[in-house]
Amino acid sequence: MKRSTMLRVMVRVATLFVMFAVWIGSASAQDKAIEKAIVLKGGKVLTISHGVIENGVVVMQGGKIVAVGSADTLIPAGADVRDVTGMTVYPGLIDSETQLGLVEISAEKMTVDTSEPSDEIMPHMHVYDAFHAESELIPVTRMNGITNVIVAPEGEDTLPGQDAFVQLAGRSAEEMLLIRDIAMPMNFGPDQRRRGGRGGGGGKYPSTRMGLITQMRQTFLDAQDYQQKWADYEKKKAEFAAKDSAKDASKNVSKDGKGKDTKEKDSPKDPPSPPKRDLKLEALVPYLEGKKPVILHTEDASDVQTAVRMANEFHLKLVLAGLTQAQPVLDWIAEQKLPVIVGSIYNDPKQHTRYDSVFTLPAELYKRGVKIAFASYDAHNVRNLPYAAGYAVAFGLPHDEALKAITLNPAEIWGVADQYGSLDAGKVASVVVADGDPLELRTDVKHLYIRGREIPLTSKQTRLRDQYSQ
Amino acid sequence: MRSCREFKIRPLPLLSAILLVIVVACTSVAAQAADAAIPHSEVLIQNATILTATHGRIEHGSVYVKDGKIVAVGTNVSAPSSAKVIDAGGRYLTPGIIDAHSHSALDSDVNEATSPVTPHMMMADAFDYQDEDLYHSLAGGVTTSLLLHGSANMIGGQAVVIKHRVGRSRDEMIFAGAPRSIKFASGENPKRVYGERDQLPSTRMGNFAVQREALQQAREYLREWEAYDAKVKRGDKDITPPHKDLKLEALADILRGNLLVQIHCYRADEFLTEMAIAREFGYHVRAFHHALEAYKVPEKLAAENVAIATFADWWGFKEEAWDAIPWNAVMSMRKGVRVAIKSDSDDFARRLNQEAAKMMRYGGATEEEALQMVTLNPAWIIGVDDKVGSIDVGKDADLVLWNTYPFSTFALADMVMIDGDTYFDRSAKGLGMPQMKEGN
Repeated sequence: MKRSTMLRVMVRVATLFVMFAVWIGSASAQDKAIEKAIVLKGGKVLTISHGVIENGVVVMQGGKIVAVGSADTLIPAGADVRDVTGMTVYPGLIDSETQLGLVEISAEKMTVDTSEPSDEIMPHMHVYDAFHAESELIPVTRMNGITNVIVAPEGEDTLPGQDAFVQLAGRSAEEMLLIRDIAMPMNFGPDQRRRGGRGGGGGKYPSTRMGLITQMRQTFLDAQDYQQKWADYEKKKAEFAAKDSAKDASKNVSKDGKGKDTKEKDSPKDPPSPPKRDLKLEALVPYLEGKKPVILHTEDASDVQTAVRMANEFHLKLVLAGLTQAQPVLDWIAEQKLPVIVGSIYNDPKQHTRYDSVFTLPAELYKRGVKIAFASYDAHNVRNLPYAAGYAVAFGLPHDEALKAITLNPAEIWGVADQYGSLDAGKVASVVVADGDPLELRTDVKHLYIRGREIPLTSKQTRLRDQYSQ
Repeated sequence: MRSCREFKIRPLPLLSAILLVIVVACTSVAAQAADAAIPHSEVLIQNATILTATHGRIEHGSVYVKDGKIVAVGTNVSAPSSAKVIDAGGRYLTPGIIDAHSHSALDSDVNEATSPVTPHMMMADAFDYQDEDLYHSLAGGVTTSLLLHGSANMIGGQAVVIKHRVGRSRDEMIFAGAPRSIKFASGENPKRVYGERDQLPSTRMGNFAVQREALQQAREYLREWEAYDAKVKRGDKDITPPHKDLKLEALADILRGNLLVQIHCYRADEFLTEMAIAREFGYHVRAFHHALEAYKVPEKLAAENVAIATFADWWGFKEEAWDAIPWNAVMSMRKGVRVAIKSDSDDFARRLNQEAAKMMRYGGATEEEALQMVTLNPAWIIGVDDKVGSIDVGKDADLVLWNTYPFSTFALADMVMIDGDTYFDRSAKGLGMPQMKEGN
């Protein structure tokens, strides 16, 4: 009995040892693969930042793009050269609002973590706490060349939480969550949840737009107070520390003891105690400091003006979103000099307006000099992001601008353009190889690289397809 | 002529005996009458790239339209000088898009969810012909839609087929002579709706039990009437007819083969159960709608000539949509299933050409196959493929002229014709609807 136990333990240890050795081996093999340059040669390269290169070359190494150029670009010795003649090569697409990783099956409550509806004001909800890295939706999304997304709580509530910037490949959520709390959505309009219901029938506040905006204004005032309390405390703490060290210094010098007692009576005995932490208000402080953007989502003309005025009282750093019913104030919007994440262009047009009044919105904003980005506002259908951009082209947006609005523009809006959004040396190697125009429905993605690594184009859906094709 | 609607709301019990027949007859008579009253344009469309949906592409082709019908199609078409000439300038001409699954223009009155069996609910009675969603989908090239009940009930009620003659009266928008369809549902929705109220059904077992029970009642009702009819035929005197019941009458029409049976159904096992019930009671399933798992049992559907009306790539919105794959349509089609891509959405109805284009990517549908999925095949599902769904001589002149290749993200409908009349013209001012009159 004892002997067999010993044996089992020994076998287990040995097994673990072998597994560890294999893991080390494979890890170093993988590292080597990463180190070896991968070259995509012969494709039509859409750099986004500096035009199109026919018969171009993209060199990736160590997870980065190391060179982008014409056919005569220097190819490192020993590189893995892949012929992509006839293909189109472009940077990984960026979706500026998704619920990826927050929902698996929409109708199954236990798989849905898109919003915390207990209160309108929930800025301390962090999507990184719910992000499900192993979601089956992610490989499905990747298959259309989307490599990076903003994951946001659903916009049903005024302040539903904070967004994360996510890479759609990685061994765990840790690897995929590139930037936590990158921004905070702020939603205002007819659709926002009111605990009081509509018109106050529920007997609770708020129940109207007036109530919602006042509640928000009060929240930011409370956060300012909170910010001040902590600033005061930090100041007192610093003063105390200074006095304390001065006292210590005097202690050391005055060995005769003169004046020591009187000095101690003047200064407080205990260090100042910190204010009570409030996670809700604390979450708002970086936004009051203007360190991170607030994504203000409204649809109607009057709502955007009301909400921008309120936000300006607190000098929030704004990005506008939605605006699908804001056609009457597009000039005013352009004057704000703020970027816009256009609301789903598939939203219904207002009654008695032309059928294309929302489809033309991206083109109308672009014409007025507004920097735009697209978002799918979806989870299962994020893969269709490029078609929204393409449809905007049908309604007047220049093709180059549509492409920019799902690559470089969002990278700039989210403050990650030094690493994402175009094919340029030094940026992260998120690269798509497809058999045609990225915005065209019939185009099929053939290869996908995320951080320089080729990602197999398989998903739950391809597995089912293959299983039932036999 | 009094409208059918007024007839319907008369609460006289005696009238109710023959109400159903009258409603149906009256509807189609009214529509036909209205149809004849519209003077149609005489048009020659020249220099078009014609995608016929039945016999391929015709480059530099022409279509001659008169009295609402296609009179000639080809490269060598002549027309009298009375015809208005439209030069397509090489642009693409397709049949009007047909949506085999729509809930547009029903003002949310799609479910009489007070009983799981409501076959006598008539969608036509909820049809709000002024709803702007009909205009939006018209501008996307849709000319015919099947407006269906929702899926709360196992047997929801009878659908209405419309043409998107936006700007005309209610009766003028009904598709004259289209057969009647009835909507069944299965799976999650009925069991959820009634299960949440602790009522039957709350399981798939309950669902099918409710359906079988209803059909069994219909069978008995039908026998009573057959017995009565036989006695009448024999010349028996002093016999009283059985009680006419609207609900049972509607169900009996399923057994009589008077209704096309359209079934909302997602899962492979449920297709098989539904087909078994249909065999047991002697009716035929026209199409499974949604049908996201058709690719798992395509041979079974093909063997019984059951079509599907499915989404291009929608998935994951509920458990029974979890195994949906975008290759479903083409995989099923390759095994002999007639496939339509439908909207089930006021949004998708505006760009069904795009949903069809996806099928060229997912599984490699040919241009004509993709086109058939949004024209001829939904026409068959609705039972109007002899009238619409392709550019063939004798069919209704329901046509869409596109600014570019229609299976593209960049495609827009430039002009949409129904019966040869232009109902949407993108270049026209305002809403782009030359037929639109104030006060309609």
